[in-house]
Amino acid sequence: MPSLLFCGPKMAACGIVISIWGVIMLAMLGIFFSTKSAVLIEDVPFTDKDIQEDANPPQRIYNLYNQVGINCFIAAAIYVVVGAVSLCQVRLNKRQEYMVT
Amino acid sequence: MGELFRSEEMTLAQLFLQSEAAYCCVSELGEIGLVQFRDLNPDVNLFQRKYVNEVRRCEEMDRKLRFVEKEIKQVNIPIVDTGENPEVPFPRDMIDLEATFEKLEIELKEINTNQEALKKNFLELTELKHILRRTQQFFDEMEDPSLLEESSILLEPHEINRGAALRLGFVAGVIGRERIPNFERMLWRVCRGNVFLRQAEIEDPLEDPTTGNQVHKSVFIIFFQGDQLKNRVKKICEGFRATLYPCPETPQERKEMVAGVNVRIDDLQMVLNQTEDHRQRVLQAAAKTIRVWFIKVRKMKAIYHTLNLCNIDVTQKCLIAEAWCPVADLDSIQFALRRGTEKSGSTVPSILNTMQTKQTPPTYNKTNKFTSGFQNIVDAYGIGNYREMNPAPYTVITFPFLFAVMFGDIGHGVLMALGALFLVVRERRLMAQKTDNEMFSMMFAGRYIILMMGIFSIYTGAIYNDCFSKSLNIYGSSWSVRPMFNHEVGGNWTEDILRGNRLLQLDPKVVGVFSGPYPIGIDPIWNFASNKLTFLNSFKMKMSVILGVIHMLFGVSLSLFNHLYFHKPLNIYMGFIPEVIFLSSLFGYLIFMIFYKWVQYDVNMSKDAPSILITFINMFLFNYSDTTNKPLYKGQMILQSLLVILALACVPCMLIVKPLIIRRQYLRQKNLAAEDFGVTVSNGPTDDEAEIIRHDQLSQHTEEEPEFDFADMAVHQAIHTIEYCLGCISNTASYLRLWALSLAHAQLSEVLWTMVMHTGLSSSSYGGFIGLAIVFFFFAILTVAILLIMEGLSAFLHALRLHWVEFQNKFYVGQGFKFLPFNFEGILNGRPEE
Repeated sequence: MPSLLFCGPKMAACGIVISIWGVIMLAMLGIFFSTKSAVLIEDVPFTDKDIQEDANPPQRIYNLYNQVGINCFIAAAIYVVVGAVSLCQVRLNKRQEYMVT
Repeated sequence: MGELFRSEEMTLAQLFLQSEAAYCCVSELGEIGLVQFRDLNPDVNLFQRKYVNEVRRCEEMDRKLRFVEKEIKQVNIPIVDTGENPEVPFPRDMIDLEATFEKLEIELKEINTNQEALKKNFLELTELKHILRRTQQFFDEMEDPSLLEESSILLEPHEINRGAALRLGFVAGVIGRERIPNFERMLWRVCRGNVFLRQAEIEDPLEDPTTGNQVHKSVFIIFFQGDQLKNRVKKICEGFRATLYPCPETPQERKEMVAGVNVRIDDLQMVLNQTEDHRQRVLQAAAKTIRVWFIKVRKMKAIYHTLNLCNIDVTQKCLIAEAWCPVADLDSIQFALRRGTEKSGSTVPSILNTMQTKQTPPTYNKTNKFTSGFQNIVDAYGIGNYREMNPAPYTVITFPFLFAVMFGDIGHGVLMALGALFLVVRERRLMAQKTDNEMFSMMFAGRYIILMMGIFSIYTGAIYNDCFSKSLNIYGSSWSVRPMFNHEVGGNWTEDILRGNRLLQLDPKVVGVFSGPYPIGIDPIWNFASNKLTFLNSFKMKMSVILGVIHMLFGVSLSLFNHLYFHKPLNIYMGFIPEVIFLSSLFGYLIFMIFYKWVQYDVNMSKDAPSILITFINMFLFNYSDTTNKPLYKGQMILQSLLVILALACVPCMLIVKPLIIRRQYLRQKNLAAEDFGVTVSNGPTDDEAEIIRHDQLSQHTEEEPEFDFADMAVHQAIHTIEYCLGCISNTASYLRLWALSLAHAQLSEVLWTMVMHTGLSSSSYGGFIGLAIVFFFFAILTVAILLIMEGLSAFLHALRLHWVEFQNKFYVGQGFKFLPFNFEGILNGRPEE
């Protein structure tokens, strides 16, 4: 059976830490973007056109907010997957340790 | 609680140890680790002391154990560390231990020599095997008829017959592969091309029995004619360290020999395997107990070393030791002595007798795992004088706080606190692992400091309202844009103004725009104000001056407790009081002005608010005619002039008056002493005192009452005064680093957000999440590397400096010496002492 182990214990631990941080932070950012937090306006990719040509202001900017929020949620989901993979790696590393000794 | 703020009260004690119980008593004292022995025979050479022989035996045992340990490490057997603390063996068990180690060492050495001999044998046989196999190929080729025919074309027919009739001699052997080219050239030159060399490489590397290295070798066979050439060839082979092997000439004999060699190799392999197994077993058995042995031997050595420091009584019945011990722990020391006496079976108890002495005792601050890190920070500057105020308890709070002022960010604080929390929660497991990584052990030793720094950073981050450089709008900003459009309350914004301007100014004068301060910290609206930096700089600068002056005033007031404790009233009246007046009338007044300005001026009056800096400068220049800078309040001129004069009056107080008073006191005392002279002589020293004097002379650092030198003292006082007065100014300025570093931290984290995170977030397509995930990875790495580690270290260093220089020089002398008790802890952790 080919081994699914592809990274060492330290790398896996690092992956878990980063993914926990990533999930929490990106999910929070997602929530804040969905609630249209004013502090985050600098990170919303709007142009002058979005302000001036909006038929129903500020609908276009709100749409952009939602879109960035969704991106954040999906990125958080990616980190959930990364975290799960890292967790598996930690398990595999542990098992291998037992097998050696 | 008094123990926390000052070092432990110490006393010099004499220990009378019965010579048969001395060993056990000292071992018990080593276990509790509360006694620092003094060397009572400093002028006796190390080799002339009583227990030299025992120390030497222990060293010999230690050497044997190190040899065994080296062997164990060579074959990668893990050394079992159960963490147990074995008791010190009795002196009579020393012989047993010695015998065990002797046996073990001899056995190991025997195994090693046997193994080496066997391996050498094995190597020779393998080489012989290879030679036989290879030479067989050479001979086969020679007899190959096709080759023979090829050569017959070149040679005359009768010459073939001659060649076949001629008997060629040959030698075969093995040589290191790297020597071959030289070997070949040498052969050619020396024999003038009259020899024929064939060689073939041995594929698998062979093991050198002496060094254990893997070497590559080649088989060679040299054909030649005549005895003279044979001699030459053999000499060359010898010179190149080639090993020659006898090789039978007929194929039949060779075949038999191969068979014989193979059988012998198999046998030898078996013997070798068994030897290796035996060695493994011996080493594995040793690995289980070697740690305990090491500890036992090193403890014994430490005990004998300590016993060597003791004085031997004239009767040879008891040893006299002198030691510093904490007064609070005298009971436990007594108890340990009793235990030691019981254990040795002696009936006469050991006696502990406290003595009076004029020597300065060592400084001993009791710490636990939480405070030890902070105590280390203080001790790194200087060990406190005996019974001096210990800054460590205050450092526990002020150090993380000043750090956090420079590191204020909720996100970074949370990360730091979580990292430290991990170390704290798993401390038992991590301590058991005993890593050799220097960086990690440094972090681990400071885990509680880091935890505190993290928690405090969360707090200051909340005050600055910064979380990864973004503000949190929890309570709702108290600024509102809407009233700016309402002309009834004074708003002047219109649609046209909005279109025409990129920057708009909110006017707090308009009713409803500003509805009171944010409940805690900085209002989040400042995060995207263009004048954010101007506002924050002013706030943080003032804050650092306020914190700095309070910190320094606190340091000065701690010096009061020192003066009270050491009964130096003059230092209070002519030192502490002028110092406090000087600091508070100048910089305390500055703080007052800052607060006054914050409280007194509101939106409508802010146009008339004077600049504090200019007011402060004018205060020193007695310049009150400046019309551009209005006074803060009525009667400012009188109060300020009074304060400046008061502060200046303090300087001669410290500079001149104090030395004069000291001089007068000294002169009066001298006169009194002259009058009392006859009385003191008639008293005479009692026997006890005489004893103490004798012992004090033994010590290297006897302290004599220094001669009173007025000039010396005056210069010292002048230096102190100038240092203090100028220091107050420069130290206050030095606290501005709090502002500078917190600004740098905030800016750096903002740059990181806009340069990294912003690019990930602001992609306008729905596929941006892949970029976002990757960008977040880099954001996380950079946050940890730059903001947590690099910025954290720099903030740590600056907080350290603020404590050492600005805070501690107000009250802390730090010229004591550390209490180094005799204990076994270092031995337990695998660090041999000395």
